[in-house]
Amino acid sequence: MKRELLDRLLADRAAQRTVVVATHLASGDQRLIHPGDADPLAAEAALAIQSDKPRTVETADGDVFLNVFNPPLRMIIVGAVHIAQALAPMAAMTGYDVTIVDPRQAWATPERFPDIRILDAWPDEALAELKPDHRTAIVTLTHDPKLDDPALQAALSSDAFYIGSLGSRGTHAKRIQRLETAGFDESHHSRIHGPVGLNIGAKSPAEIAVSIMGQVTATLRGAAA
Amino acid sequence: MSTETRDILQSAADWQAAGRKVALATVVSTWGSAPRPAGSQLAIAENGDFVGSVSGGCVEGAVVAEALEIMRSGTPKQLDFGVSNDEAWEVGLACGGKISVFVERLE
Repeated sequence: MKRELLDRLLADRAAQRTVVVATHLASGDQRLIHPGDADPLAAEAALAIQSDKPRTVETADGDVFLNVFNPPLRMIIVGAVHIAQALAPMAAMTGYDVTIVDPRQAWATPERFPDIRILDAWPDEALAELKPDHRTAIVTLTHDPKLDDPALQAALSSDAFYIGSLGSRGTHAKRIQRLETAGFDESHHSRIHGPVGLNIGAKSPAEIAVSIMGQVTATLRGAAA
Repeated sequence: MSTETRDILQSAADWQAAGRKVALATVVSTWGSAPRPAGSQLAIAENGDFVGSVSGGCVEGAVVAEALEIMRSGTPKQLDFGVSNDEAWEVGLACGGKISVFVERLE
C-alpha cells in the first residue's frame, strides 16, 4: 500500500466517509472507491458497502479484493446513569461510536464519562440531530418517562437496528401502554427490547451492560436474542 | 469500520512516520470455521511489533516472519493457511478453517 493511499484512507475514516480499498491481488495495485465514484467495480463496491462485508471479485485482469471501510456503528445511550458508565466504554471497545444523551447536567459530566461524547439535550432534540440509521443502536436507561418516552418515540420512527429500554416488566408494560396511546401499535413497539438485555442473571451495572452489549451484538449479527 | 481497524492503520502510519519499515496483512478469504473474517488486518513493524490479528493467534507468527521478508523485497504475497488434521503442530489453524492472507509493504 502506498503511503499516499493510506493517508487518504485515514482522512476518509476521520471524516466518517464510507470507502472501499480495491486491491489487485497479483500485483498489489490499489485504489480507493467511494460511493458514487465512476469505477469499473462501482457496482461490486456498492454491494460490499451495503452488506458491510469485503468480497473478492474476478476480473479479466485477475482477482480484486474489495475491503469495506464503513463509518463505525453508533450507539446512542439515553441516561447518563451508572449502567451507562459501564456500557459506554464497553460499546466503544466493541467498535461503536458512542453518544450519551441526558439533559440533567449533574449526570452528564466528562468526569463520569471520560472520552465519551455527551449531549445535554432533551432526547427528542438529540435524536433529531443525531439521525439514527440502520447502523445505530439506541438504549434508554433513565426509566423516567419524561426522558425515555420521547427517545423511544424518536427511535421507533428511525431505522435503528436495535432499540432497548431499561425497566422491569411492570415498567415496560406501562411504557407500552403510553406508546400505544401515542399511536405506536404492536408492529412498532415490538421492536423494543424490554426488559433490556440478555437474561444472564445480571445484577451489577457492569453485568447489566454485558447483557445489553450481548443483546445488541446478537441483534446485529442476526443471532436469536 | 471498527475502532480496532482504525488503530491498526493509524499504528502503521505512525510507525512509518517514525522511520520504521511497515507491512500490512489482510485476510482476503476464509473457508470453514476461520477465526477472523475477511477484511481483518494486522500491521507489522520491522522490529516485529504488531497490532491487530488475522487469526486467533494461530498464524500471526508466520505472517510476521513473511512480512519481514516482504518489507525487504517489496513484493506483495498471498499466503494460504489451513490444517488437514489436528496433529499438525506446524503453522496452521487449530479450528480446521482455511484462510488466505494478503501481505504488502507500506511504501
